[in-house]
Amino acid sequence: MSIRIDRSRCSGCGACVRVCPGNLLKLETESSGEKKCAVRDCRDCWGCCSCLKECRSQAIGFFLGADMGGRGAVMTVERHQSISRWKVVRPDGTMEVIETDARSANRY
Amino acid sequence: MKKNQENACRRGDGDIAAPGAGSAKRIDCDVLIIGGGTAGCYGAKILSERNPELKIVIAEKADIKRSGCLAAGVNALNAYITEGHRPEDYASYAMKDAAGIARGDLLLTMSRELNDVTEDLEKLGLVILKDENGKYATRGWRNLKINGENIKPILAAAAKRGKNTRILNHINITRLLWTDGAGPSGTRRIAGAAGFDVLEGTFYDFRARAVLMATGGASGLYRPNNPGFSRHKMWYSPFNTGAGYAMGLEAGAEMTTLEMRFIALRCKDTIAPTGTIAQGVNARQINSRGEVYEDRYGLATSQRLYGTVEENAAGRGPCYLKTAGITPETRDDLYRAYLNMAPSQTLKWLEDRVGPDEANVEIEGTEPYVVGGHTASGYWVDSKRATTIRGLYAAGDVAGGAPQKYVTGALAEAKIAALAISEYLEKQRNAGERETAETNRADEELRHQADAEFAVYRRHLSLGAGSASKTGAEPAADLNACASEDRETLSAASAPADGARTPFFDVQMLEEAMQKYMDQYAGGIGSNYRYSQAGLQTAKSRIGSLMPLAEDLAADDAYQLMEIFQLKERLKVCLALIAHLEARRETRWRSFAENADYPNASDNWLKYVNSRYENGRIKIICRPIVRAGENYEHQN
Ligand SMILES: Cc1cc2nc3c(=O)[nH]c(=O)nc-3n(C[C@H](O)[C@H](O)[C@H](O)COP(=O)(O)OP(=O)(O)OC[C@H]3O[C@@H](n4cnc5c(N)ncnc54)[C@H](O)[C@@H]3O)c2cc1C
Ligand code: SF4
Ligand code: SF4
Repeated sequence: MSIRIDRSRCSGCGACVRVCPGNLLKLETESSGEKKCAVRDCRDCWGCCSCLKECRSQAIGFFLGADMGGRGAVMTVERHQSISRWKVVRPDGTMEVIETDARSANRY
Repeated sequence: MKKNQENACRRGDGDIAAPGAGSAKRIDCDVLIIGGGTAGCYGAKILSERNPELKIVIAEKADIKRSGCLAAGVNALNAYITEGHRPEDYASYAMKDAAGIARGDLLLTMSRELNDVTEDLEKLGLVILKDENGKYATRGWRNLKINGENIKPILAAAAKRGKNTRILNHINITRLLWTDGAGPSGTRRIAGAAGFDVLEGTFYDFRARAVLMATGGASGLYRPNNPGFSRHKMWYSPFNTGAGYAMGLEAGAEMTTLEMRFIALRCKDTIAPTGTIAQGVNARQINSRGEVYEDRYGLATSQRLYGTVEENAAGRGPCYLKTAGITPETRDDLYRAYLNMAPSQTLKWLEDRVGPDEANVEIEGTEPYVVGGHTASGYWVDSKRATTIRGLYAAGDVAGGAPQKYVTGALAEAKIAALAISEYLEKQRNAGERETAETNRADEELRHQADAEFAVYRRHLSLGAGSASKTGAEPAADLNACASEDRETLSAASAPADGARTPFFDVQMLEEAMQKYMDQYAGGIGSNYRYSQAGLQTAKSRIGSLMPLAEDLAADDAYQLMEIFQLKERLKVCLALIAHLEARRETRWRSFAENADYPNASDNWLKYVNSRYENGRIKIICRPIVRAGENYEHQN
C-alpha cells in the first residue's frame, strides 16, 4: 500500500509534505530548479490518503501493494467544497468514479 | 521550508534563535500538550475556553490537521449513552468486557462526559446522522452514525481558535523534564519536555507548569500482518510509537495493565475496520464451511478474535464476515462509508471487481498493540487523569484504566484532564512566591536535563552522513544554517562523539529484529498470540540486547533521528510489556494475554499489574481493583 507522485503534475506547493501524519514526504529540487514532491520510503505509507486530499493538482495516486492483492489500479481524489470525487483507474483503462459528500453521514 | 505555525503568539518565549538544524529554542508556557491528536486538540480547546489567558502550546510530531488515529477519518462514534441508558451502563459494559480489570472510577467519570462532548463535536461541525424526529440515529445501544472523514480537521480548527494557543507542528518530543523535591521521598514535579523539529532539525527546550500527555498508543512492536512492502498498512497508526509510555517510564511514572494487549479483528490485507459491516449490516462471523462460529466462543471483544484464531488453527479457516447477498444499494453505501475512513478497502473491492454483495469479506487478527483507548493499558492516573508525577496529566490512548474509550472517550478524558489542569495551576498560583523561587533554583537542573537529551541527538547525528566526523567534510550547508548566537549548533554537534564508531546496523534492521522476537517469543500473530514464561525470558534478553545497538544508530537528518527515537520508544515499551505479560500468571483475556503456562483465569489475579521503571529495570507493583462506585486517589 502506498502512493505514487506524478512529478509532471506536482507544483511543489508542499501541502502534502506538511499534512502527512508520518512526515513521509519531502520536497526535492530538480536540476531545473523546480521543487517536486518525493516519498522518503514508499513502504512506510499508512494509506490514510491525507496527502491525496491535500493536493490541488491530483499529482498523488494511491495504490495497493501486490502483497495486498493490488494489480496496478490507481486511486485519486478531487475535492470541491463538500464533494470528494474518488476515481479508480485500472491498468486496462477502465474507470470507476464514486462521489462522497461531507454533509451526509454514513448509513452504516 | 515554511512551517505551518498558525496562531503563533510569541510572547513569553525565552531566547528565540533562527530556526535551523541543531540550534536550540527555549519555549516557556503554562501548559504543554504533547501530541495534537484527538485528546491533545480537544484538551487545548477546553483549557483555552476555561482560561483564555493561559499560554498553551501543542507540540505535535506531524501536523494537527491530520495527525494520529483520525488521519483517514472514522466510521462511527463508538461510545455514546443512548436514550434509556445511563453512564453506569456503559461503565459496567466496559468493565465486563475487560473481565474486571478496569477502573470503575475512570469508566464512570468518562461515561458521564460522553454525550456532552458528542454535542460539542456536532457544534464544531461533525455530521451526525439524525432520525425523522431530529434525534441521533443509533447503531446498537452505544454507537452513533456519522460522517467521520473530516473529524480531525474539525478538532484541529477548534484547537487553533484558542486565544493564547500556539501550535507547533512537526516537533517530536522525546523526553520529559522534571524537578525532584528535597529528601528521598521528594515529590517529582513535571517542568517541561525536550524535542526537535522533524523537518528543520531545531532542538526544543519546553518549560511548562503543567503537561498533558496525549501521544496515543503503540503500534509496530510486533511483526505486522503485511511485513513486506505494505508493512505500515496496519490498523493502529504506525506513527504512534509509544513515545508517551516510554517517556513516562523514563521519568518514573507508574503504568498499568500493559499486558492487556489490543488485537483487532479486521478486514484481511487492508486491515480496515469491520464495525461498519458487522454492526452496520449485521454480518455474522462465519468459517470456510459457512458455519456461524462467533456464538461458540463468546461475544466479548477478545473472544470474537479468539474464535477466529481457533477456527483457523482447527483448519476451518479462512474466516469471513457474511456479506454476500446484501443489496447493490447497501454495497454502494459501504463503498462510500469506507472512503470516509479506510479508502484502501473500497479500492480493493473496485480493483477486484467483486464487491461485498458478491463475496464475503475475509477477516484476520492484527498484530498486538498497546492502546489504552481500547483496552486498559497506559498511565496509572487518578480520577482527574493526573499521573503519579505532579503536574503531568494523561488522556486518550496513552492513559490506562479505562478501556473502550474510542474517540468520544478520548475527548471526555481530555476535558476532565484540562479542567483538572486549570484547577491545579490555580492552586499553584495561590501557593505563590515559594514556587517561583523553587522554579528558579530548578532552572539550571532543567537546562542540564535538556542538554543531556540534545547530546543524544547530536551523537546520532554525528554518526550520520551530514557529519564532519564521518565524512571528513564540512557538514552539508543546509544542516549548518544556524545563527551564530544559537546555544547549540550542528557544527559543534558534528565534532566526533565519544566512542562513536561507524554504525553496523540501521533502524530497519533493528526494527525487524524487535518485531521478529516479539512475534515469536511474546505472542505475536506467528504464535497464535500465545506465549510461555520461558519464551518471555528469551524475548526479554533479545530486546535487551537490541537496546544498546539502537544507541549507536546514525541519523543523516532530523527525520532519521525521529526514526531512531521511534525504535527506542518501541523497545522500551516492549520491555515493559514483557514484564507485565510475565507478571500476570493467568489467562484472563483470550488472545490479548494468553499465557500457555497458566491457561485459566484465577481470582488471585483480580488485581492490577502496574509497573515503574527504576534503575534500568521494570518493577512490578500489584494494586487492588477500584470497583464501580469506588474512587482512587494517589497517596503522595
Ligand atoms: C484506524 C482507526 C480507526 C478508528 N475508528 C474509530 C471509530 O470509528 N470510532 C471511534 O469511536 N474510535 C475509533 N478509533 C479509535 C480512536 O480513533 C482513538 O481511540 C482516539 O482517536 C485516540 O486519541 P488519542 O488522542 O489518544 O490519539 P491520537 O489521536 O492518535 O493522537 C496522538 C497524537 O500524538 C502525536 N504524537 C505521538 N508521539 C509524539 C511525540 N513523541 N511528540 C509529539 N507528538 C507525538 C501523534 O502524531 C498524534 O497526533 C479508531 C482508531 C484507529 C487507529
Ligand atoms: S497516504 Fe497518508 S501516510 Fe501515506 S504518504 Fe499520504 S499522507 Fe502519508
Ligand atoms: S500537494 Fe501535490 S502539488 Fe503540492 S507538493 Fe504535494 S504532490 Fe506536489
